[in-house]
Amino acid sequence: MSFIDITLELLAGFGYTLALFFLTLVLAIPLGMLIAFCRMSNCKPVQNITKIFIWIIRGIPLMLLIFMIYYLPGLLGVTNVFHNVDIYFTSLLKSNEVVKIGSFIAVLIAFVINYACYFAEIFRGGIESIPHGQYEAGEVLGLTKTQIFTKIVLKQVVKRILPPMTNEIITLVKDTALANAIAIPEIIITAKDFAARQAIIWPLFYTAVFYLIFVGLVTIILGKAENKLSYFKA
Amino acid sequence: MFLEVKNITKKFDDTDVLKGIDFNLEKGQVLSIIGSSGSGKTTLLRCLNFLETPDTGTIFVDGDCIFNAGDTHKKSFEEIRENRLSFGLVFQSFNLFPQYSVMENLMLAPKLRVKEKVKKEKLPKAELKKMYEEIHAKALDILASVGLSEKVDAYPCQLSGGQQQRVSIARALMLDPDILFFDEPTSALDPEITGEVLKVIKSLAARNMTMIIVTHEMNFAREVSDKIVFMDAGVVAAEGTPKEIFESENERLHHFLASFNNAQ
Repeated sequence: MSFIDITLELLAGFGYTLALFFLTLVLAIPLGMLIAFCRMSNCKPVQNITKIFIWIIRGIPLMLLIFMIYYLPGLLGVTNVFHNVDIYFTSLLKSNEVVKIGSFIAVLIAFVINYACYFAEIFRGGIESIPHGQYEAGEVLGLTKTQIFTKIVLKQVVKRILPPMTNEIITLVKDTALANAIAIPEIIITAKDFAARQAIIWPLFYTAVFYLIFVGLVTIILGKAENKLSYFKA
Repeated sequence: MFLEVKNITKKFDDTDVLKGIDFNLEKGQVLSIIGSSGSGKTTLLRCLNFLETPDTGTIFVDGDCIFNAGDTHKKSFEEIRENRLSFGLVFQSFNLFPQYSVMENLMLAPKLRVKEKVKKEKLPKAELKKMYEEIHAKALDILASVGLSEKVDAYPCQLSGGQQQRVSIARALMLDPDILFFDEPTSALDPEITGEVLKVIKSLAARNMTMIIVTHEMNFAREVSDKIVFMDAGVVAAEGTPKEIFESENERLHHFLASFNNAQ
């Protein structure tokens, strides 16, 4: 196999990584905000339930969470929905290999829930770190609570949480490798297959380049965002 | 009477911070509130500005009751919001919005306000633009009056403490408050720059702005006030003209003023 063939195959695997990364990010951020607000709710039961939820999700290894979500419908006596979706799409597309859309959805659910909890705690930390005087200044100027949050607090929160969010997002890039727990053909599995089936070892090392380039891009973009907010101190 | 405050009390947990405060103020007058730390000055100011809710008491402005603790109906944030607009508050720690320039700090609240009005009364969009321009012009005027014309586009982090405090006074003036409150406006400032802030407050007094100032600057209070209230342990222990206060025989007041003279 040529270098180009192998690159293309690895890229196909990396496609899963990218899809999982972007979908998780887009879904986990709003869900994380919702969880953060529940966690900060004045209603004690809501606050406590959220606390327990965050404890459970953060306490379970992500890989285990993926298995649990994948097998949960089966355990509940429904058939394995995710597996059935795989089979349905495989026959629909008349594919020779299993089309892992159902499995992918299971992985995505696990990722979104897991990352939403981590994001929520970062959001909460950011929101609670804004001095009370900022809210009071908004209040005495006659702003509504929504205006105070969107016009005064939000941008300061974004500035404060960017460094920890960058950390978390980089971890997310690498965590996508866990999708291979339920045999999603992501890039590392693809590279391992070369080693196992054709005794070609170097693609495994080559795989690191894909991650490094992508993490580099993410770092640059989020660094730019940080720079953009560096004009003020908060 | 323009402002009438009656029997304001406030308890935090088991501590009585305010034990029944009464005072009045005429329009255009300046009232200073003095007293040692923990005497309840700041809490009183926060009660008058709805940042704390008094346990009992009433507040009347120009004959209208804007607060009555006896009301069975608890006022919503929205209703309080309306009453707020007759008051402005300048904080000890400025509380400027760091992400906005000086001009944006001044324009934020008035812009949101006219936007709401245009939406509510379904006025044409062009009207809004005109209103924004008026607000902008007004902001320039006010900034000039506090001596900060050249700082229009600066961000709070680029300003000295004294400049920040002057911006926050300008910001409060943007909403044309009937009464402007100051909570120890110079306590967070270096001694050599308190003067520039006091000068601005004096110029407001000269223009007959009704003001209530919590302060530790005794000379300033004596100079600028029409009336001084001395608070001690949650009550008004003495009140009167600066002359009456500074020449008072009241023992607690005497003790308080003496401690100031010793410190200086």
